[in-house]
Order: sequence, then C-alpha cells, then structure tokens
Amino acid sequence: MTGTSLKSVVESLLFVADPPLTLDKLCSILEEYERKDIVAAIDDILADYRQGSRGIFLAEVAGGWQFRSRPENADYLRRLSRTRPYRFSQSSMETLAIIAYRQPITRAEVEYLRGVDSGGVLKTLLDKKLIRILGKKDIPGRPLIYGTSREFLEAFNLKDLASLPTLKEVQELTGHDLLETQEELPLSAGDEQGRVE
Amino acid sequence: MTLSQFADAALFPDSDQTVYTIRTESFEGPFDLLLHLIKKNEIDIYNIPIAAITRQYLEYLDVMQELNLDIAGDFLVMASTLIQIKSRMLLPLPPDEETGEEEVEDPRAELVARLLEYQKYKEAAMTLGQRDLLGRDVFARSFAAPELAESLPEEEPLEVEMFELIEAFQRVLAVVPAATFHEVGAEGPSIADRISEILLLLQGTEAAGFEEIFIGSATREAVIVTFLAILELCKLRMVKLTQAQSFGKIWIIPVMLAAGGDAITEVDIDRDFA
Repeated sequence: MTGTSLKSVVESLLFVADPPLTLDKLCSILEEYERKDIVAAIDDILADYRQGSRGIFLAEVAGGWQFRSRPENADYLRRLSRTRPYRFSQSSMETLAIIAYRQPITRAEVEYLRGVDSGGVLKTLLDKKLIRILGKKDIPGRPLIYGTSREFLEAFNLKDLASLPTLKEVQELTGHDLLETQEELPLSAGDEQGRVE
Repeated sequence: MTLSQFADAALFPDSDQTVYTIRTESFEGPFDLLLHLIKKNEIDIYNIPIAAITRQYLEYLDVMQELNLDIAGDFLVMASTLIQIKSRMLLPLPPDEETGEEEVEDPRAELVARLLEYQKYKEAAMTLGQRDLLGRDVFARSFAAPELAESLPEEEPLEVEMFELIEAFQRVLAVVPAATFHEVGAEGPSIADRISEILLLLQGTEAAGFEEIFIGSATREAVIVTFLAILELCKLRMVKLTQAQSFGKIWIIPVMLAAGGDAITEVDIDRDFA
C-alpha cells in the first residue's frame, strides 16, 4: 500500500463520481486508509493538475472536489453540449447576491433591499434549485426564510459560503467606498434566527 | 413566407386592438432608476438635488405610462417618497418639544442609505456573475445540470439598458410637438405595418441608427407606434439593439434568419400566436 496507489485510487474516484466528493465520503469509501493520507493524496492531485497544460483541473466546490474543464476552453465545450448557457437576468443575480450575503432572509427583507417586488424572481431561483427554504421565521405572519443551496455553491464554483468575496472586497474591486455594516433591517423585528420546521 | 408577411399574419391576430401592454424584466425597480439618473447627471450621492432628480424621475414615469408599460406600484411609491422628502426640506422644522433643539437630520438620509445598500448588492451581483459558472465557463462530467442548461428565450437581456432606450425614445418624442387639440381622424399605421416597414428599411443594411428609424414619424402617435414596433421586433429577436458605449448612440441591427440554427424563432411564433 504505497502513497502512489492511494493517489491513483482517489483520482479514479474523483473522476467517476458525479457530484463533488467530500472528504467524509472519500474516507468512508476508503476505510482502510488514514484520513491524513487521503488529504495528502488530494493535495498531490490538486498540484498535479494545477501545473502544466491539462484541460481539466480539480475544483474545490461545495465542500468537496470535482474535476472540471478549464474556463479558457469554454467556447469549445459549449459546442459539445449544444445548449446555450443559462443567462441570469440582472434581477435574479441581484436577488441571489442578497440571499447569499444576508441569509437567512425573508421575502420582505429582499424586497426592502431591492425596492421592488421579488416574488417571481424567488420562485425562479427556487425552481432552479439555487436557493432553498430554510424554514419559517418566528414573527407575526411566520414568513418563509430563504438561503442558498449546495447547487448554488456548485454552480458558482464556490468551496463554501465563506469563500464568497466579502462585500468590502467587492467594493474595493469596483472602487466604491460604501458602508460595510450589515445592520438589522427595520422589517425583521423579533427573534433573529427564529425558525421552526 | 417572407418576414413581413409573417409579421402581418401571425404576430397581430388582433392588431386593431389599441391597448398594448408590454412587460419587461429589464426594469430593476426605482433604486436602479435613481442610481441611473445619479450616474448620468454625475451627482454626488450624498447631496442629491431632490427637485431636479424628482423631475427627471417623473418624466421617466410619464414616458413609461405613455408606452403603456406596466408601471409597478414600487415606482409610484418612490415618486411619492421623493416628493415627501422635497416638501420636508422646504418646510421649517418645528423644534423638538422635549429638548427644545431643532431636529437636524437630513430628510434624504434614509433614501441615500438605502440607495447605497442597494448599490452594494448590485455590485456583489456583478462580481458573482463574473465567477467561473458551471455550464457556462467550466464543465463537469455530468455538466448538464438540467435546471441551468435550458435557456429561456424571454430572459435574454437586451443589450441596451432599458432606461437608456426610454431616454432615446424621450428625445425623439421631444422633437414632435404635442397635439393641443383633439383630432378625430383616420387611423394611422398599425404596429404590424410599422414592423414590415422597419424590416424593409433594414433589408440589406448592417445597422440603422435608432433615431433614424423615426424619420417620417411626424405625430406622437406615429412615434409611439414605431417605438412599440421596435420593441416587438426585439422580443421576436428579429433585431438587436446595441451601442458602442454607455449613453452612446443606439443601433438597430437586423438578425438574419439564416437556415438551420434559428428555426427556434419560428417555433416560438407558432406556439405563442397560433
């Protein structure tokens, strides 16, 4: 049982698996190996694909790893799939960003931030499985609260929510000096995280 | 079947009907419109001239109304908020009864805070959209996440921002004198007629300027019909609207219905209007 063979096993598993494989899943499959050796094997594979002129790389998404094609080859890959890439409208991107940064969040809070009715957009995002219902807020009316899904992390190439660029970084990128604070919205009276079900 | 026949026969089964309602996803709401006006006028967001901005804002609503665009209630709420802020700025403030001091808070403060908050998420949305998106920039082996692969034709955004298009339309409309008397006369050309004319005009050309299309539209009614015809052509993806830079000249580019790939358009027409 040398390190090389473990690496090759892990590589095979990552190649064949459909959703991103998490470390826990890998450990449960490879029960005869040590967790730290598996981590080392993944690091090895990550490094292998990072260098050189490979057409694929090992992406860290949604808490796991998945082989993906290089972004610079996207034009050719699109010919293979024969589908046009889904284009997000500005309203869905705005709504998605608000939910990603402020979850758990209710529809009324999204609409307060956007200044516009957002029921339709929320439904579209739910249909596309990019957001999900987390439960109900424990305030009068018991409104639904929304958050982003695992599919959101997969679609946007994110390891986890913490790897979203912070709003401060976004401002530095766009050159705007805005307030970073996330104050409680005037709408969300009552218990912060109160959710049932 | 030629394009213009298509337009006549299939698109407007009830073209003598005078009420057209156009909905568009491109309007992101009152905050977006206000930020657009602030950017366009190069205004300091912390010192917004409320009177000037309110006037421009209401002009937009007028034009949208004239086009029978479905103005969401949110736009009207913002209009009344703006007017309320202006009136609070005009009135002397009563001294606070308990402390005897005058209240000094700027009535614009809350609006500015909300605009900045909105802008923050608008920018976050842009940054998010620039990431390597699965199914667009990167692909995994089972990449056809079916929910994301199917592309809904109506979500295809215009390449010109809706507000800018309205602005261009406003400019054209400003040239035409408003009719000061009520005229009962023969009906002008219908939208279907204008569509055929515009397609004829675009035949063999690569692009036409937005304003040039309106030459010959002498009355407000004619201008509006022409504009609605352009919107309809966009919706059917027979033309595209583009511009080289923000606030630049808007061009109308005919989309060739070449054999093969674009058969989708015809299917769509059949489904929607048959």
